[in-house]
Amino acid sequence: MSDEYPLQRESEYSWRIDPFGKMRVPGIIYADENLIRDMDNKVFEQLCNVAGLPGIVQAAYAMPDAHWGYGFPIGGVAAFDAEQDGVVSAGGVGFDISCGVRALRTGLTIEDIEPVKKQLADALFKNIPVGVGSTGRIHLNDKGMTAMLRGGARWAVEQGFGNAEDLQHIEEKGCMAGAVPEEVSARARKRQQDEMGTLGSGNHYLEVQRVAEIYDQRIATAFGLRENDAIVFIHCGSRGLGHQIGTEFLKYMVLEASKHGIELPDRELACAPINSELGQAYLGAMRAGINCALANRQIITHLTRQVFADVLPQADLTLIFDVSHNTCKVETHQVEGRKRKLYVHRKGATRAFGPGHPDLPETLRAIGQPVLIGGSMGTESHILAGTEQGTELSFNSACHGAGRAMSRHQATKLWRGRSVVDELADRGIIIRSPSMRGVAEEAPGAYKDVRAVVDAAEKAGLARKVARVEPHVCIKG
Amino acid sequence: MGLRGFGDTLAQAFEQVALALTATVTELGLVTPQRCVDIECEGSDQELLLVDWLNALVFEMATRRMLFSRFTVKLVDHRLIGKAWGEAVDRQRHSPAVEVKGATYTALKVAQQENGGWLAQCVVDV
Repeated sequence: MSDEYPLQRESEYSWRIDPFGKMRVPGIIYADENLIRDMDNKVFEQLCNVAGLPGIVQAAYAMPDAHWGYGFPIGGVAAFDAEQDGVVSAGGVGFDISCGVRALRTGLTIEDIEPVKKQLADALFKNIPVGVGSTGRIHLNDKGMTAMLRGGARWAVEQGFGNAEDLQHIEEKGCMAGAVPEEVSARARKRQQDEMGTLGSGNHYLEVQRVAEIYDQRIATAFGLRENDAIVFIHCGSRGLGHQIGTEFLKYMVLEASKHGIELPDRELACAPINSELGQAYLGAMRAGINCALANRQIITHLTRQVFADVLPQADLTLIFDVSHNTCKVETHQVEGRKRKLYVHRKGATRAFGPGHPDLPETLRAIGQPVLIGGSMGTESHILAGTEQGTELSFNSACHGAGRAMSRHQATKLWRGRSVVDELADRGIIIRSPSMRGVAEEAPGAYKDVRAVVDAAEKAGLARKVARVEPHVCIKG
Repeated sequence: MGLRGFGDTLAQAFEQVALALTATVTELGLVTPQRCVDIECEGSDQELLLVDWLNALVFEMATRRMLFSRFTVKLVDHRLIGKAWGEAVDRQRHSPAVEVKGATYTALKVAQQENGGWLAQCVVDV
């Protein structure tokens, strides 16, 4: 924890940095004492930098899993008002646009899975393209790419991947409005043409999990979850296309910042006024990137269903929800007694709409949005639900994962991939990955304690804990 | 992941960072420099040029599905003329650990050292 930054404790689970220097609004961090003590000073520095961007509203927020990122902290949330010269930032969204998690019920219990677990792991690993250099079975020409970028998961369903019912349980009903495929460059399209339906690498994965503990019976029942149920988590994003959009617009925004009179304390904070040609171009491209991620997770869902149909024909995979955690979305929030249209950036933070939110599907409206928090490989993940007070606390945002506790380099010095796989196997967790070094870099010990993170999120009021799930099979990128 | 290259000249430092880029993915010694890809970037700011160079390599790695293990860089005025030698990714042999998403402006620095040599560094997102 920092002595350099004037952190004031507001409550047991929230901390505040009052504006100083170029900050226009305060910085607010949701965390318990241990989490805040372990946070890198860079998180506070980056949060203060974000708080100084033009048009920022209310506060710059950091979630309990915050760690230092590129420009914005990862686990950072900031909302901007276009009418007050607010900005949109490519760095505030990140390279992996709309990276996110979706969870599926299987209609099975873990006892149904156990006898064929190895066979299931092998079949998933064989049929779902994963890791560096992997390609999908779908190869899009330019026209197909444009349709995908405009339609998102809805396009994927039209192509035969999944069903219309799935779309009800995806943010934006599976299709991000306002996407402008024409703003996505030929280079970004080229990076994507063979990558549809691929998981990627790094921290991306597909897991078969067991519902190990229910915290909130009423909400769990509404989400269709019972203890011992087998469920599937899929974590991936917009692949090469999103990375290339991020790369290109970051540069354009760096080069244009001075033209718009924007002073950047860190080039990675590059941004453009929402009401500028560049700002609008980025929003159009970024929304197309969101659609790419939604389509990608929809295709992977279809492949997962095919594998289950082969190995466990009695399975029925239905979507619990699909969340994105690297986005900028236009939302209406009450600020100082007035409803305002804001451009909410969430970088490594999950949208968490509370009960009654009009954008939630009818089946979830009374309960709140499922918030899916992926833990590290071999530990546990969590399912939470949005709260009513979330809108005033953090523009309805919560944490997104455990957050790294050390670098990849440090992790490879501490663990060997093969030993990690063997140790997890002893605990009944099957890992399949094309790279043992990748496994070592993602070793469970390289991450923070996800339970501390979700506990802090709940205690701070950002989301309500519903269930804890444990991995049984992990296909790791 | 942070990358850092040192060289007697600026061009050499750029070549060294490129080697570090491959090392984030696999062991350099496993990549045979069989095929050459030409890369050109342009920019008056040396730091932005470094990011462009690395991003051009990320793009070629991703779209050609190649890994590179030998690089040459020539800097002429504000232009970078680069060559990268490598081969197609072999998932068995190279066992690639991560995919680089892009080079960032974080910890970005290109500077001449006191001993006259050059340093080039930045963080890449993986």
